[in-house]
Amino acid sequence: MNTQSKALVPAKGHRDIRRDLLLIAEMVAPKTRLLDVGCGDGALLEYLASEKDVDGRGIEIRQAGVNACVARGLSVIQGDADNDLPDYPDAAFDYVVLSLTLQATHNPRKVLHEMLRIGHRAIVSFPNFAYWRVRMQLLLSGKMPMTAALDDPWYQTQNIHLCTIADFDDLCAKDGFVVEQRIAVDGHGKRLTNAPANWFGAQAVYLLRRR
Amino acid sequence: MSAAHPPIHSLDPIGPGHRVTLGETLPLKLDCGLDLGPFQIAYTTYGKLNADRSNAVLVCHALTGDQHVANMNPITGKPGWWVTMVGPGKVIDTDRFFVICSNVLGGCMGSSGPKEIDPSTGKPYGLGFPVITIRDMVNAQAMLIDHLGIQQLFCVIGGSMGGMQVLQWAASYPERVFAAVPIACAAKHSAQNIAFHEVGRQAIYADPEWSKGGYFDLNTIPRAGLAVARMAAHITYLSEAALHRKFGRNLQNRERITYGFETEFQVESYLLHQGSTFVERFDANSYLYITRAMDYFDLASQAGGVLANVFQGSKTRFCGVSFTSDWLFPTSENKDIVRALNAAAANVSFVEINTDKGHDAFLLDEPEMFSTLQGFIDGCAEQRGLNGSRA
Repeated sequence: MNTQSKALVPAKGHRDIRRDLLLIAEMVAPKTRLLDVGCGDGALLEYLASEKDVDGRGIEIRQAGVNACVARGLSVIQGDADNDLPDYPDAAFDYVVLSLTLQATHNPRKVLHEMLRIGHRAIVSFPNFAYWRVRMQLLLSGKMPMTAALDDPWYQTQNIHLCTIADFDDLCAKDGFVVEQRIAVDGHGKRLTNAPANWFGAQAVYLLRRR
Repeated sequence: MSAAHPPIHSLDPIGPGHRVTLGETLPLKLDCGLDLGPFQIAYTTYGKLNADRSNAVLVCHALTGDQHVANMNPITGKPGWWVTMVGPGKVIDTDRFFVICSNVLGGCMGSSGPKEIDPSTGKPYGLGFPVITIRDMVNAQAMLIDHLGIQQLFCVIGGSMGGMQVLQWAASYPERVFAAVPIACAAKHSAQNIAFHEVGRQAIYADPEWSKGGYFDLNTIPRAGLAVARMAAHITYLSEAALHRKFGRNLQNRERITYGFETEFQVESYLLHQGSTFVERFDANSYLYITRAMDYFDLASQAGGVLANVFQGSKTRFCGVSFTSDWLFPTSENKDIVRALNAAAANVSFVEINTDKGHDAFLLDEPEMFSTLQGFIDGCAEQRGLNGSRA
């Protein structure tokens, strides 16, 4: 699940942390315990450790990513969201983060439940399949859309469970996840204020808790 | 070497390094209930201990290893058993760290074990040596570390039975282990692994030369039994893919099969060689004691059956490594350790290395393992404030 590399725009001036990761970091309270699932090269964990004194752990599927994290002094195990979350005890973390990876899991609903079992809160980001550029491409070309966030052709994408902001809201309501905060960003990574999120949001970040 | 022990028992030269007598005032309390003391530990060191004694790395050897981790083995004349990992500029950099490797209690390279002289009888212990455990080995090592004046080890590292010792160190002496690297191991010896060990032991018992462990008195060695034990065990250290890659069904020095019982296949010849060279360097009774120690290993049993409780409150940084083709200590068993460490909210990293080389991969040239562990050691050294002293 090497989907973290598909962030839209890298942030500038913030220790090289990507802008979408910065949005996540803003949701995290200082001095908490956090598990980053699909932590890539550990940029978010390192940022949170230094800026917010967060005690972080990571799970990463790629060996190169694990190596990069371990070399930064981070505690990261090789694994993935589908298989390794059941290993963690209940309420072990304040936050469990899944960044741009939910759509690539085999069982996203189960993954969400696991995240909220082992964490008091879950922070989830995903590309919005109802973003207007995606809608227009499908409508006008009749082909599977490709955007900055969805940059692989249909036959090799790892994104097997794409959804829209409206879909995700439905699942949260159905399964009893409380949406404490929702941030949608446009194609430039800029936070949307008044525009309808499900049309103009290229990505969304949710802060969830159990009811 | 005294006249009572003629040259047939050629294991005596312990080679470079040191031998220290421990437990003279306070004996070592063994798990079996007996006291052992005084006893000897043979060990080697490499590199220099820094001024605040914070750069010591303890390397723990596996079942048939010894203290000669990074120097030429005095018996085989071959390079040390882990020169891929330990040495100048290696992951365990002897220009940077003070590296210690000791022969385990019960071993046959100079530490007290069944081959050594029982001071109470003046003859080799044989089966009179008390049955020891992994925890006994580690407690003996801790006495050695005390003797060396080291309060906290920067790192304890080892594979297979060495990994068991790493886990026991972290469990028994959490405040004395800054970083722990258990490789290709498990928190308990599985039924299958005990079964393989029992095959090896039965092969030794079945050799009449073993003489119920009293072969030293008879000036013999149970060569055949120990060789068969080694052959059976050696298969478990490899993988089907590795055996196929190395030997396939290739015939040994012949064009076609001969319908007989001479060494027909190359893989047979290879195993025979493994067996016959092993008996030149290893003591059969030691093999019994050390395999038994591994069989008894069940770390969770030391904490009411819950492995996570063993590591509760531990501040040690862990980095586990497993190998995809290791069926002796498979990834699933290595991950049981990771799971327990996570449940105890410990600092744990873990990586599974893709290789077809089986259990023995930890001893071989595995660049991915080296790069992961290099990163881990560097990160820990940074946290321990050791990078300033880098050569």
